[in-house]
Amino acid sequence: MSTRTLISPAQLARPRGKALYWTVFTVVVGGFTLVFLGPLYWLISSGFKDTQEVIRTPPTLVPESFEPDNYRQAWDVMDLAGLLGNTLYYAFGALAFQLVLDVAAAYSLSKLRPVFGKAILGMMLATLMIPATVLVVPQYLTVLDVPIFERNLLNTPWAIWLPSVTNAFNIFLLKRFFDSIPKELLDAAAMDGASPMRTLWSIVLPISRPILGVVSIFAVVGVWKDFLWPMLTLPDPAKQTLNVGIYSLSSGVPVNVLIAALTIASVPTLLIFLIFQRNIMSGLTAGGLKG
Amino acid sequence: MSAPSLTQSKAGPPRHSQPRETSRATPGGSFAKSLRRNLTAHGFLIGAVLCFAFFSWYPMVREFFLAFQKTEAGETTWVGLDNLRTVFNDPAFWQAWRNTLLFTVLALVLGFVVPFVVAIVINEFHHGQGYLRLLVYLPVMLPPVASVLLFKYLYDPGYGLLNEVLGIFGVPEQQWLQDADLSMLSVVIAATWMNMGGAALIYLAALQSIPGELYEAAELDGAGLLRKIWHVTIPQTRLILSLMLLMQIIATMQVFVEPFLLTGGAGPEGSTTTVVYLIYQYAFNFNNYGAAAALGLLLLVLLAGFSAAYVRLSRAEDE
Repeated sequence: MSTRTLISPAQLARPRGKALYWTVFTVVVGGFTLVFLGPLYWLISSGFKDTQEVIRTPPTLVPESFEPDNYRQAWDVMDLAGLLGNTLYYAFGALAFQLVLDVAAAYSLSKLRPVFGKAILGMMLATLMIPATVLVVPQYLTVLDVPIFERNLLNTPWAIWLPSVTNAFNIFLLKRFFDSIPKELLDAAAMDGASPMRTLWSIVLPISRPILGVVSIFAVVGVWKDFLWPMLTLPDPAKQTLNVGIYSLSSGVPVNVLIAALTIASVPTLLIFLIFQRNIMSGLTAGGLKG
Repeated sequence: MSAPSLTQSKAGPPRHSQPRETSRATPGGSFAKSLRRNLTAHGFLIGAVLCFAFFSWYPMVREFFLAFQKTEAGETTWVGLDNLRTVFNDPAFWQAWRNTLLFTVLALVLGFVVPFVVAIVINEFHHGQGYLRLLVYLPVMLPPVASVLLFKYLYDPGYGLLNEVLGIFGVPEQQWLQDADLSMLSVVIAATWMNMGGAALIYLAALQSIPGELYEAAELDGAGLLRKIWHVTIPQTRLILSLMLLMQIIATMQVFVEPFLLTGGAGPEGSTTTVVYLIYQYAFNFNNYGAAAALGLLLLVLLAGFSAAYVRLSRAEDE
C-alpha cells in the first residue's frame, strides 16, 4: 500500500525512524500474538494435559503429559457429535430460510415495488430500533404458543429458524445491493418475457453473489454464536446447541476434558473464518457495523 | 461505503411509478395488470412478512401489553402500573442500573478507545497488516462459551494464568471474578477481548480512506504526531466514531451473556447483576413476565433515544 498515513515516509526512511518502526512493529506483533493467540494456544495445549498438570502453577508451556484421550472423552461424554449435529442443523436451516425468504422479500421491495412496500420496509427496519434483549421475553412466550396456529415450538428447530428470518439488517443489505442493479438489465429480461422469478434466479442472484456470501456467513455464525435464545427455546439436552450443551455440562466434567470440548467447539467457526476471511472482512466494512 | 444507513439509498434507479401511469389508456387491462403485478410482488414478500408478524411485530406489541398485565392461575388482568412499582421497589433495581452503567462506561473506555488505537497502530505498518487484522478478529469468531470459560480459567485465583503473569511484575494476587470490586472490570476485559475485532476493522477501513495530503499539510504547519491525530485523524473519522459510539452504548447497555457465563449472572454481592440479567431473572426464574416486560420497557425507552440519534446520524452521512 502506498497511501500516505500518519507518519511521513521521509521520517521513516531515516535510520532512527527505521529503528523505531521495527521496534514498535516487533513489540506490537509479539504482543498481539501473545494476547490473541496465547489463550488459544493454552486452550489447545491444555486439552492434551492430564488432570494434575492442567491446574499446575505456573502452567507448563509444552504439555509434559500427552493425553489425546481427553478429546475422545470429551467427544463421548458430552455427546459432542450430537451437539455438533444439532448446531449444524439449526445453522444451515436458518441459512436456508434466510436466503429464500429474505432474498425474496428484498427483491420484491427493491424491484417489484408492491403497494405498501415502503410501509412494510419501514416496519421491518423499525424492529432494529427495539433492543433485542427486551424482545426475548415476549418472543419466548410467542414460541410457547404461536397465535392462530396454536403450536408450541419449544424444542423444535422452528424456534430457531423462523425468528432468524426477522433479520431486518439482512433485508436492508440485500435491498441496498439490489437497488444498485441497473433497471435496464431487468427491463430487458422482462421484454424477453422472463417472469419475476426467472429474472431473480438468472439475473439478480448471479450478480449478487458477493452480498449473498456475506449474508450467508453472518447467518451461520450468528446461530453458532447465539446463546440466550437457544438456551431458552431448546431446553431438551438432546436438542441443544454446542454453546448451551457444553455450558450446561461444564461443571460435571474434569477441567482437561472440558477444555478439550471447548477446543472442538471452536474449530468449525475458526475454519469458516480462515477460509472466508476475505469475505467476512469486506462484509464487515462494506456491509456495516453489525460486528 | 463505510457505515450503512437505515434510509433508502438516494442514488437508486428511478421509482417504479412510471409504467402504471403510461398504461392508463386501457383502464380495465391496466387494473388487472397492476393487480397481478402486486400479487406477485406480495407473493415474494409474504414469507418474510409472516415471520416478522409472528416473531417481531406481535412480540413488540405484546411487550407493551405484558408490562401492564398480570397473569395468575391462567387469568390475565390489567394491573396498570403495578408491575412498574414492583420493579422500582426491588432492591436489585438500582444496583442493576448502576452495574449496567458501570459496565457501559468501562466498556466504552476500553472497548471504544482500545480498538481505535489498535486500528491507528496497525494502519501505520507496512508489513503484516493482514496477520494483525486476522488476530484481532479471531476472538469474534469463537463461540462465546469457549472464550468465556477460557477467561474463567485465566482469572482463576488458584491456577489462573493472569495472577501468574502479573505476579512477575509484582502485582499482588487478585480474586478477579470473586472480588466484588473487580468482578465487573474482569467481565469488561473479557468482553473487550471477545468483541473488539469488529470495531477495530471498521476503524481501520475508515482510516484508510483519509487522504494522505491532509497529513502532509498538517506537517507543513509543523504538527507533531499527537496533533496530527487530533486535528486530522479524529475529525476525518468523526462520523464513524460517533456511529460506533452509539452502537456500543446500545449494545453494552444490553449486556447479558458475558456476566451470565462468567459469574453466573449476579456475581459476588450482586456486583455483576445487569438490567438484562434482572429481566431474565424475573421472566425465567420467578415466572413474573409482567415485571420482566415492565423493566424491559424502561430499558427500551432509555435506548430509544440512542437509537434515534443513530438513525439521524446515519441519514446525515447518506447525504
